[in-house]
Amino acid sequence: MKMKFTALVAAAMMAAAPALADLVVPNLSYRTGPYAPGGVPYADGFQDYFTLLNERDGGIGGEKIVVPECETAYNTEKGVECYEATKGTGALAYNPLSTGITYQLIPKVTADGSSLYTPGYGRTSAANGKVFSNVFNYPANYWTAASVAVNYLLSENGGDLKGKKIALVYHNSAYGKEPIRTLEELSKKHGFELVQLPVEHPGQEQKSQWLQIRREKPDNVIMYGWGVMNAVAIQEAANIKYPMDQFIGIWWSGAEHDVLPAGDGANGYKSLTMHGTGMDYPVYADLKKYVADAGKGAGAGDQVGTVLYSRGMYAAMVIAEALRNAQAIAGTSAVNAAQVRDGFETLEITEARMAEIGLPDFGQAFKSTCEDHGGPGMARIQQWDATAKKWNLISGWIEPDMDVIQPLIMEDSEAFAAENNIEPRCN
Amino acid sequence: MPDTFFYATEVMLNGLMAGVMYSLVALGFVLIFKASGIFNYAQGVLALFAALTLVGLQDGQIPFSHVINAIFGTDLHNFGWTLPAVVAIALTAVVMVGMAILIERYILKHLVNQEPIILFMATIGLAYFLEGLGDVMWGSDIKKLDVGLPQGISETIETATYNWFGYGFFIDKLDIVAALVAAALVIALTLFSQYTKYGRALRAVADDHQAALSVGISLRFIWVLVWSIAGFVALVAGIMWGSKSGVQFSLSLIALKALPVLMLGGFTSIPGAIVGGLIIGMGEKLFEFSIGPMIGGATENWFAYVLALLFLVFRPQGLFGEKIIERV
Amino acid sequence: MFYREAGDYKTSYPEDSQTFPIKFDRIRYYAVLAVAFGIIPFFINDYWANAVFVPFLIYAIAAIGLNILVGYCGQVSLGTGGFMAVGAYAVYKLMTAFPEVSILIHVLLAGGITAGVGVIFGLPSLRIKGFYLAVATLAAQFFLVWLFNKVPWFYNYSASGQISAPERDILGVIITGPNTTAAAKYLFCALILLALAWLARNLTRGSVGRKWMAIRDMDIAAEIIGVNPLTAKLSAFAISSFFIGVAGALFFAVYLGAAEVGESFGIQKSFLILFMVIIGGLGSIFGSLAGAAFLVLLPVFLKNVLVGMLGWPTDLAAHIELLIIGGLIIVFLIAEPHGIAQLWRLAKEKLRLWPFPH
Repeated sequence: MKMKFTALVAAAMMAAAPALADLVVPNLSYRTGPYAPGGVPYADGFQDYFTLLNERDGGIGGEKIVVPECETAYNTEKGVECYEATKGTGALAYNPLSTGITYQLIPKVTADGSSLYTPGYGRTSAANGKVFSNVFNYPANYWTAASVAVNYLLSENGGDLKGKKIALVYHNSAYGKEPIRTLEELSKKHGFELVQLPVEHPGQEQKSQWLQIRREKPDNVIMYGWGVMNAVAIQEAANIKYPMDQFIGIWWSGAEHDVLPAGDGANGYKSLTMHGTGMDYPVYADLKKYVADAGKGAGAGDQVGTVLYSRGMYAAMVIAEALRNAQAIAGTSAVNAAQVRDGFETLEITEARMAEIGLPDFGQAFKSTCEDHGGPGMARIQQWDATAKKWNLISGWIEPDMDVIQPLIMEDSEAFAAENNIEPRCN
Repeated sequence: MPDTFFYATEVMLNGLMAGVMYSLVALGFVLIFKASGIFNYAQGVLALFAALTLVGLQDGQIPFSHVINAIFGTDLHNFGWTLPAVVAIALTAVVMVGMAILIERYILKHLVNQEPIILFMATIGLAYFLEGLGDVMWGSDIKKLDVGLPQGISETIETATYNWFGYGFFIDKLDIVAALVAAALVIALTLFSQYTKYGRALRAVADDHQAALSVGISLRFIWVLVWSIAGFVALVAGIMWGSKSGVQFSLSLIALKALPVLMLGGFTSIPGAIVGGLIIGMGEKLFEFSIGPMIGGATENWFAYVLALLFLVFRPQGLFGEKIIERV
Repeated sequence: MFYREAGDYKTSYPEDSQTFPIKFDRIRYYAVLAVAFGIIPFFINDYWANAVFVPFLIYAIAAIGLNILVGYCGQVSLGTGGFMAVGAYAVYKLMTAFPEVSILIHVLLAGGITAGVGVIFGLPSLRIKGFYLAVATLAAQFFLVWLFNKVPWFYNYSASGQISAPERDILGVIITGPNTTAAAKYLFCALILLALAWLARNLTRGSVGRKWMAIRDMDIAAEIIGVNPLTAKLSAFAISSFFIGVAGALFFAVYLGAAEVGESFGIQKSFLILFMVIIGGLGSIFGSLAGAAFLVLLPVFLKNVLVGMLGWPTDLAAHIELLIIGGLIIVFLIAEPHGIAQLWRLAKEKLRLWPFPH
């Protein structure tokens, strides 16, 4: 039995191992478990973009991209298994879409020399490239999101939030607790009152939180939720008749499946986004032509154009650009993990480049440096239109308050460096 | 401060309502435990499965379409019909009965007379199985369940209470429906078990398996019956919770909310499930309201268990459970 | 033929009461040790260590711990995940507070701290029994998870509440952190498992174990013949929690390297370990090992077959995996409710008579 098992696994590993010359970008996705509704569209978008590059351009710089998919079910142990299973295949970059798995992979990728790309999630203080050499979280992160939300509210309220009351409804986990420090600092700075309302996983029952909101009548509610918590929160907000346009979710609380269950009640709900919304971008025509119509789409193919699909595609696009950049620096198309890391570190995405790719004005322009792996951290606001069942962008790019965030990033990353004896780089 | 008092009352009322929702899940546990001594962990997953089936039938989704597409390369998703809610609920109930028959035939029959913990594990195995089956059959995306139940704040109550007390109470319409349904369910179950032949047989089995067998009651039939009823209760719970949050995987986790209710009310008592639910619902909401802010909130998950634990220290068989008599 | 008592004369009491009275068993036991410590460390790579062996060894420790409580003392507990969290957070605090002390001492201390917590949550067992107790231990599970999530002191005030294991060594060999070699991880866990399994085996053979079993079989009767239920039950909780705490410490420090309490030590963990104990066999050390092996290997095996060999989509494979695991658990319980250990015993019984069964 044991022998047979060994043989089978060995055979499986052989079958899964791609030819070494290919560029390998594993897709650590989750299509099962409590967070599957969020994981499926993201994984589809991620997969489809690389399929598009392979089908349309023959890969990047002539090298095919291989995207082995591995199911993590948002579970850290399975995440470890997936990492170990794929790292021997010459994997260049990881994007696990889970804060928990990200925390585990940070030391591992640093030791193994590959890169971890976590746009808008993961460990925020990884933006400090001096400490986190192999982790990149541009263009935006949890803390800039909190600051963007507050800045948006500032602009709505004529630049003054004094005496206002803002409630934070958050998933009571590592992810949800991220913005608290930032918001506390901001509340000191701008003089608003912060009410914290944690929601326990999975968030099916939020009656007490929303009763409290109904009673305290905060001027605004900011939500950091994921999974079923989003849908329930929006439903409860609609139930207590909380004005939806004063309710802002982070980008992980702003997908179609979060608002659809609440029906018309969700009309006017706002959320942050770090990329454009809808399908009015030239790249979608290509995706349809080369991927969907060719029958090569990932998953069931019913997620194309949704918010999280776009986000998966955006992450894939950034990774593809980093690979391209790495090829340019290294002068070879068959880049290795160390060269890809350099590609990430010196990556610059301009508006012109985005337009070239077929995503004009989709994401923000940013430039990574040795010190700064975090990008400018801007975001836009989108609003849900329940009758048309679509998200509309209602603001331009809003900048975060880096004066508040930067010291927090330094503090947290330096604490990590001290705990793990990491010498700061980039000197 | 009357305002605080009213708010506390409001929290309490909503806690009672939430408690009814927990009771709906707990009822299924009690039915099965009473009749067969099985602690059915799969009750939450049964609710998920029932809700998934209901939505699937209603929207005319093709079962196993994902597998079929993966194997044959087809692109099937829908039959292209939508069923009226009542028909879909009836069909789902039939499916749940079929499931009860299968469970009895392939699992329970083989595990007669095993220790309780073995039966408990078997139901966890069943839970895994149904989770996988539900996903394979209907897909794992989030689904909207709409059988026409009202939702949102009840304005009548709000304005009425505002006129009386100067403070508008918030009561969710869905919760009112849930309370009515739960009441109807309990009355129906009581009538059924008191006044029908099968109901009496059910109680006989619950009292003493062997004595029931010896007077000619078919244990297997009773088990199918009780699992069917539990399946139906799961369907009701699935509809209520599914209307609230959409139907997806997390629905199966509501079982965890029902466990403290069971402890408190006793595993064998239907009124216990209701009263336990009310106490737990009210207790956890009031605790969150009064003590929660001092210690950081999100206390509901554990407080329910601690509350039940405190009750148990004084009454080890739960409030309404049968007295445990131990003999050497 | 070769597996029998006949002809194996014992001439002293120690010989008569040894753990493996049959010669063949002894040889097999030493052979397993030789393979585990003499061969595997030289061939192990990162994948095998991190995906198969290290989780298996750690779960085996936890399963032995829970088996002491459930299988030997008859107290069903669903608080395992919470107790593992105590071990993990204790080792984290110790590691960061006293970096110069050896990690082995930290792991054992973490186990000791968990034992103390276990005793506190074991107190209700003096009054509450059966499933009521099982559900009552869930109070420990949820409360501990909430506590570690809520009180910033436990995670050194980091922004998100995640804890990460820094690099620590024993006598210059790195045991935790990303630069650990596969062999070091494996050997560290294997040695601890060996020591603890040896301890558990001997405890359960001695007077302590007999008291536990008396309580399990009927506590009132046990009380009448002079077993103190207070000390027996609480000692079972303490020792069981010690094992589970050590497992939790290793789980965080050696295996995962970073953990978040709700995710890594949630209620699923409690159920998973209870599964291992029951599938493996209640009241059997070997059963705990077999159960852990079964539930760690099976998903990895199924995944590699379904995705790696058959090339199915990952989501379909994951769903089918659930179907198969659920189905297998039921089949197993129907075929042999007393677990893998019972199958093993039956096999040995057959072997004893072979080749002349009549």
